Amino acid sequence: MAKRFFEDLTVGEVIALPPAPVTRDAIVAFAREYDPQPFHLEDGHPASGLTDDGLIASGWHVCAIFMRMLCDGLLLESSCLGSPGIESLKWQRTVHPGDTLTGRSTVLAARASETKRDRGIVRFRHEVFNQRGETVMTLDNPVFFGRRSVS
Amino acid sequence: MSAFDRIAVGEAHEFGSHIFTAGEIKRFAGAFDPQPFHLDEEAAKDSIFGALCASGWHTASAMMRLLVDHFTRLAERARAAGEAPLTIGPSPGFEQLKWLRPVFAGDTVAYTGLILGKRASRSRPGWGILSMETTGANQKGEAVFAVTTHVFVRIEPDPE
Repeated sequence: MAKRFFEDLTVGEVIALPPAPVTRDAIVAFAREYDPQPFHLEDGHPASGLTDDGLIASGWHVCAIFMRMLCDGLLLESSCLGSPGIESLKWQRTVHPGDTLTGRSTVLAARASETKRDRGIVRFRHEVFNQRGETVMTLDNPVFFGRRSVS
Repeated sequence: MSAFDRIAVGEAHEFGSHIFTAGEIKRFAGAFDPQPFHLDEEAAKDSIFGALCASGWHTASAMMRLLVDHFTRLAERARAAGEAPLTIGPSPGFEQLKWLRPVFAGDTVAYTGLILGKRASRSRPGWGILSMETTGANQKGEAVFAVTTHVFVRIEPDPE
C-alpha cells in the first residue's frame, strides 16, 4: 500500500480495519497492569445489572486494541503526525475472551491547518464491532497528517 | 448516609503519579501503538515530537490504574471505619480527552480527578453516575492530559 498523506483522505471515505482476536490471557494481562477491577481479572462475577457474567475486557484495553487496528489499517503507512485527543467515546457493549474485533474509520471532515502549512487535520468516526456485527465502541477523533505538497 | 452521599461536587482526588520509563513506553507501543516515535529513540529524534514519547493510550491507561488504586484505598478506609465503601463499576464512555503535550521517557505524570457532578441513574436502580475531570501534569507542572469521564458507582447505605 502506498503511503497516504493528508490529500489522500477524502470526506466520506471508509477505511476497513484488520480483525483482532481477544484472548483471555491478553484481557487479564492488560487488567493486571492498567485496570485491576475484579471483573477484568477473573471469571465468576455475577451480572451486576451493569456488567455481564464473567470476565470482560477493560474499556481501555479495547481502546488499545483499536489503536493497533488503526495503526495496521492506516497509520503505519501514512504521514500521521499524532492526535490532539478524542472528542467523545462510547463503550456500548462488553468484550469477552474469544471475541474477534473488527472496525471501520470514516472520514467526517478534512481541512488544511491555517497555522502550520505542512499539515492538515482529519476528523474520523471510528467504529469497533464484535464477530456478531454488534457495535462495541464508537469514537470521534481528529488526527494530524503531513501534506503531500509540502512534505 | 451512603458513600455516594459523602462524595462532594468540587472535591479533588489525588490519584498519585506514574513514571514513564523508556522500557514501558516501548513495551506498550510494541503491543498497541507501534508508531516510530513511540518505539525507537533514533526515529523519535527525527519526528515532530523530537524524542521518544508515550502512546496517548498509554498515558490514559496509566491514569486508569491510579484511579482504580485510589478508589480501592478509599473503599478499604471506609470499611475500616464501618461505612459502606464506594464501589466503582463500568463506564459508559468519556468526552474531551486531550493529549496536551507529549509524555517523554523519564517523565513523571501526576493525575488528579475533580468531581464535576453526581446523579442517581434513572435506568439502573442502586447505581449513581459520577462525572470527573481528570488531568495529568508532568514534573514541570505542565498539563499533559485531560479527560472528562463518567463512571457508574454502586449506592449502598452504611451498615446499621
